[in-house]
Amino acid sequence: MLTYNLMVVDHLPNVQADRVFHALADATRRDILLRTLEGQHNVSALARRYPMSFAAVQKHVAVLEGAGLVTKQRKGREQLVRGNVETMRKAGRLLEQLEAVWKGRIDRIGEMLADEHTGANP
Amino acid sequence: MTVTSIRKDPEALTMTINAELDATVERAWQLWADPRQLERWWGPPTYPATVVDHDLTAGGRVTYFMTGPDGDKSHGWWQVLAVEPPNRLELKDGFADDGGTPNDAMPTTTMVVTLTERDRGGSLMTIESQFPSLPAMEQLVSMGMEEGITAALGQIPGILADDITTP
Repeated sequence: MLTYNLMVVDHLPNVQADRVFHALADATRRDILLRTLEGQHNVSALARRYPMSFAAVQKHVAVLEGAGLVTKQRKGREQLVRGNVETMRKAGRLLEQLEAVWKGRIDRIGEMLADEHTGANP
Repeated sequence: MTVTSIRKDPEALTMTINAELDATVERAWQLWADPRQLERWWGPPTYPATVVDHDLTAGGRVTYFMTGPDGDKSHGWWQVLAVEPPNRLELKDGFADDGGTPNDAMPTTTMVVTLTERDRGGSLMTIESQFPSLPAMEQLVSMGMEEGITAALGQIPGILADDITTP
């Protein structure tokens, strides 16, 4: 357990974190997300890339949108989807930071054991 | 001492860390079993840990607090679920209030630590953390921020890396 109540830097609200990870738990949604992070795509064009119905792809997009991972914009009859880079960064930080806590611990263990071998420390 | 692999599974809410230790299994066990040794690695240098109670038997409790640079303290506890010295330790890690009483409103993490002898000498330590929910993970991160902030921030988050090429 690390420190409580300090230094909360731009983290995701709880409910949104839940949605983000749910959204990312599906391979098709991850693929849609990566494509839309590279550039804007319309839903019909996206739908042609996957072996599933237009409605199914639309549903995937809606899940991504609900998680704040993409934004949808209507342009005439087209729906344009664009990846939300900022939300992605926050989601990635979540797991990276939990990982960093343990990397720090294991580094310290390594130093303790190394000190013993060299006799530098009790 | 090397971290040989870290596997994060956002679906299962687990994180598994493998590390090679330049020590025998018996020696490595002491890192957990000796409170004075535990204090030296559990908290980061800016938030060193002080272990208060340390009963590493099944059903036993370990209590500790971490002291920040301004003297602020955050309290935590372990509940020992299973213990097989010097190879396996299963525990629940949670937060406590200022008096050391477990705070049930805060997330708990279940951890399984295994230590195994390596053929080439030394031991392999595996720590599997099971997080109760995504919001809980998020909460843990916000609390561990002072250490986590040093994590390298990739352009593409690590969670996606494994599956990035899947069409």
